[in-house]
Amino acid sequence: MSDLAPFLEAAVRTTTPLLIASVGETVSERAGVINVGLEGCIIAGAYAAFVSATATPVTGYAAAILAGMSVGMLLALFAVVLRRDQIIVGTALTMLSLGITGTLFRARGDATALVVATESTAAIPLLSEIPIVGRALFAQPAIAYLAFGLVPATWWWLRRTHAGLSLRAVGDAPGAARAAGVRVELVQCSAILFGSALGGLAGGSLVLAQAGSFAEGMSAGRGFLAIAIVALGRWRPAGVAIASVVFGAAMALQFVVQALGWRVRYELVLMIPYVLTLIALGAFGRGSAPAMLGRARVD
Amino acid sequence: MIISLAAAGDVVGVLEAFWRGSLGTSSAFFSGTLVRAIPLSIVGVGIAIAFRAGVFNIGGEGQLLLGAVAATVVGLPWSHGLGVAGVAIALVASAVAGAAWAGIAAVLRARFGVLEVISTIMLNFIAANFVSYLVRGPLQEPTHVYPQTELISTSVRLPRLWAETRLHAGIVIAAAVAVGAWWFLTRTAAGFRIRAVGASTTASRVTGRVNVERVSAVALVASGALAGFAGGIEVTGVTYALYENLSPGYGFSAIAVAILARLHPLAICGTALLFATLETGALGMQRDAGVPSVVASALEALVILAVVAMTGRFVRIPWRTVRPRASDAGVAA
Amino acid sequence: MSSANGQLQLPALELRGVAKRFGDVTALDGVDFTVAAGSVHALVGENGAGKSTLMRIADGLLSPDAGTIRLFGNTITAHSVRQAMRVGVGMVHQHLSLAPNLSVTENLVLGESGFFRPGSAADLLRRTELASGLIVPHDALARDLSIVEQQRLEILKALARGARLLILDEPTAVLAPSEVEDLLRWIRDFAARGGSVVLVTHKLREARAVADEVTVLRHGRVVRVGSAATISEHELARAIFPENVEVQSAAATLASGKLEAPKQPRDLLVQADAVDVTDSRGARRIHDAVFEVRRHEIVGIAAVEGSGHRELLQALAALLPVSSGVLRLPERIGLIPADRYRDALVLEFTLVENVALHRLGTRHGLIPWRDLEDRTSGLLEHFDIVASSARARARELSGGNQQRLVVARELEHAHDLVVADNPTRGLDIRATAFVHGQLREAAARGAAVVVHSSDLDEILSLATRMLVVYHGEVREVALDRDKVGRAMLGAA
Repeated sequence: MSDLAPFLEAAVRTTTPLLIASVGETVSERAGVINVGLEGCIIAGAYAAFVSATATPVTGYAAAILAGMSVGMLLALFAVVLRRDQIIVGTALTMLSLGITGTLFRARGDATALVVATESTAAIPLLSEIPIVGRALFAQPAIAYLAFGLVPATWWWLRRTHAGLSLRAVGDAPGAARAAGVRVELVQCSAILFGSALGGLAGGSLVLAQAGSFAEGMSAGRGFLAIAIVALGRWRPAGVAIASVVFGAAMALQFVVQALGWRVRYELVLMIPYVLTLIALGAFGRGSAPAMLGRARVD
Repeated sequence: MIISLAAAGDVVGVLEAFWRGSLGTSSAFFSGTLVRAIPLSIVGVGIAIAFRAGVFNIGGEGQLLLGAVAATVVGLPWSHGLGVAGVAIALVASAVAGAAWAGIAAVLRARFGVLEVISTIMLNFIAANFVSYLVRGPLQEPTHVYPQTELISTSVRLPRLWAETRLHAGIVIAAAVAVGAWWFLTRTAAGFRIRAVGASTTASRVTGRVNVERVSAVALVASGALAGFAGGIEVTGVTYALYENLSPGYGFSAIAVAILARLHPLAICGTALLFATLETGALGMQRDAGVPSVVASALEALVILAVVAMTGRFVRIPWRTVRPRASDAGVAA
Repeated sequence: MSSANGQLQLPALELRGVAKRFGDVTALDGVDFTVAAGSVHALVGENGAGKSTLMRIADGLLSPDAGTIRLFGNTITAHSVRQAMRVGVGMVHQHLSLAPNLSVTENLVLGESGFFRPGSAADLLRRTELASGLIVPHDALARDLSIVEQQRLEILKALARGARLLILDEPTAVLAPSEVEDLLRWIRDFAARGGSVVLVTHKLREARAVADEVTVLRHGRVVRVGSAATISEHELARAIFPENVEVQSAAATLASGKLEAPKQPRDLLVQADAVDVTDSRGARRIHDAVFEVRRHEIVGIAAVEGSGHRELLQALAALLPVSSGVLRLPERIGLIPADRYRDALVLEFTLVENVALHRLGTRHGLIPWRDLEDRTSGLLEHFDIVASSARARARELSGGNQQRLVVARELEHAHDLVVADNPTRGLDIRATAFVHGQLREAAARGAAVVVHSSDLDEILSLATRMLVVYHGEVREVALDRDKVGRAMLGAA
């Protein structure tokens, strides 16, 4: 039992970036755009947070969001304005981000030793004293609360605002949305920017709430996992939240294995989230994707 | 990049380092650049076949690693008795392993509708961790010091073409693969099916009576076979052992190689050489001028974006299937 | 018609000198078009005359290259759907434009801003239903509505935003005859209550039945404007197709269902015995179908959208397996699908490659490109297809020539069965005549031809026998417009 509490705490912590990125990707995909460059948004956000988190984590997060959005702007330009293939452009943007952050990071010289101030945890009095789940749920960095708060907020926004309605219509039937006066390109660009901003924020949280440092390729496929999570969650915020928690827990296993000194090869434990993705996609991945997802042409 | 160049200070020095690293000396060219172009070209042709069918195989990296594992397993010292056949067996095994690895994604796509973009990337991560596991676990060399396997026996190594360099017979194979793929795509019914499915799944199904899912799966598996094959060639021709960073991202660079060549197998030989030059030059810059070599991957991404921006939807590209004939002049109806 | 106060004297829509080009093609060339408030105005013309383009400009979806637009006295400068909506214009598009996975109420208010309150949207729906007399199911997704209900929802959507001018683009194309009557009656009522309607149609009878005024467009120009009461169907037909006397009389008499003398039926080519067909989602769309098709016959298939005829056609084309029963089909089947851009051609491929596409799935080994090129050149010549060469890309051909290529490819071999689904959609009158001629010739050569069109009059003019599909049931009906029309709605 004593191992369960730290595991849960770690699970919530590893869930946070996945959840933030997945919620953003949900919005983007509901508008019909799959952001394969999400991995690039995350690594760009992580690097931006790393270099600018000098004073407070807030500046780090702001920089992370801007970095994610700058990747998203390129995707919006190519995929929406120029109507190019979303997957190819997204793949290139991920390569570009990984390349640029790697180059800049190495150019900094002896950077491996650099550690930035991480966000302190904000424990909620009393609630965080609850045994086992107390610290996992109520003694997390502020970003974790934000991540979980995003889920109902996004649900509400998609269901109860006309902007959310328009967004869903654009992913479903852009011609119909256009005929009803919706500015399709504007909606898609906004959705991409929102999704990539959250991608950047997810990257920032990797640095500021978890690692406290930057490493090349530290996004480690989280962007791609997030895309899988969105499919597993059937493009609905609540489903996406559940899937994120499952994957966060799978990633947290590695810490448990280390802590317990189990005689399992570390490399095999690292595989778990990826293997889980394949199995889960095979078992549950067939849902109702937005009709126009990934299509370059919208009419 | 501009920042990194500025950080390096001396632009001329950087360019000199690039030149020395890639083309400037015969050893750089024959032992470095040309050798690097071999896997890039073979994987690139594989990627082109998949992309032609409209299947986005982003998993060349993982398929290449699995091919390398297979070739290593065949080539370890127990293969001493095999003689020349050993190379052939190792290469066939590598292609089969790559095909099987891509086959997982193909089955997931055909049976469960899983986007191959996601599944092939997941398989990349699994393959990388699997190789780490092998070279630190069951296949680690006998002294258990280094994270790598034993060297493969000399009989399963590809012959060097020119004694003073590291240039090996793989370059001939790579050229043959490109020509073969070109012939396959333009002349055979199976190749035309792949192009037709990539251009229009609906017209292929309705008018062509083509089994679209099967053609997509075949293209993905063939693509994986070539990537695995490239991994086998890398092990039998260059590294002679399996270790973690065996591939410096060939699977991703090959996407840029294929797209810049507009998915034309013969053009891929040229673009593979171009990107190999870029990468060995970048390594030279890192060695001699302190510019990080990952800059090459950013440049490759920019090349993809530039080509995509200029050519529109990249799958729809001119492809001459019928040779011009003299009698055609002025026949226009 | 009624003008209760001075405001209504202003025309609902006033277009002056409107011009629009798409690339090298002049779609509209200085069009003047006025719709009086409280009137129904029919806009007629053959396919490609510019009707839809003109109305999309009025609705703000397209901006004109030249000309002015006045709606209820307001000069429009911004050319946006929103602005058109604000001054009271609503358009119902030919291809209905609802978001299938949004609910009925969500579709009703799509495009507004601020918070979405399902309760008040439902209230709005009820109020609009009450005011208009059009009813739709409330708690459903748009994709679950029938075609008629979808069309009603589109009209409600426009009315809920206060539309006083409705633009209906070919609204009857997807409807069965009695549904058409209902819609036309509703249009009259709406105008009687002070509303204004533009009815875009190519059906002259409808135009004359419902409209106060008629405008004829040809090649992007207005060639005739007049009161519907004083202009005869024959005159209209001549205004629409002046070049071709033969076609003109055919168009004027299409409705009479004039037939060719039936050929002597010989061997059975298609035999369906207790056939069930299930669609890709597992729903049974055709049940217990019993019919046969013989050599030399042209069998028309009539049905309203969603009846299951699409699945029947796919089964006849061997694209969909039957789920029970026996469907005997000949080996060689030619298919002219409804959507040539999606199903019949690869626009980026050359004409040779498009010819090679035919039955590509059954080819083995090498492709004989040289033979194919010779064959393609032969087709171009024989079927009078205008193309620079066999190696031109399909994209470079005009729509009519693309369809000729499809027809040529599918009829080139002596097929035993030819399945044609809306084979003349989007074609001009000449290309239509060509396709009809080829289908008749194929039947004369000994093929069995099965043809479906959403234009009932087209099927009636081609068919030697008629099958009607209603709610998955297939039955034979006499070649009589009224009887077929009733059967399409399940009436006896």
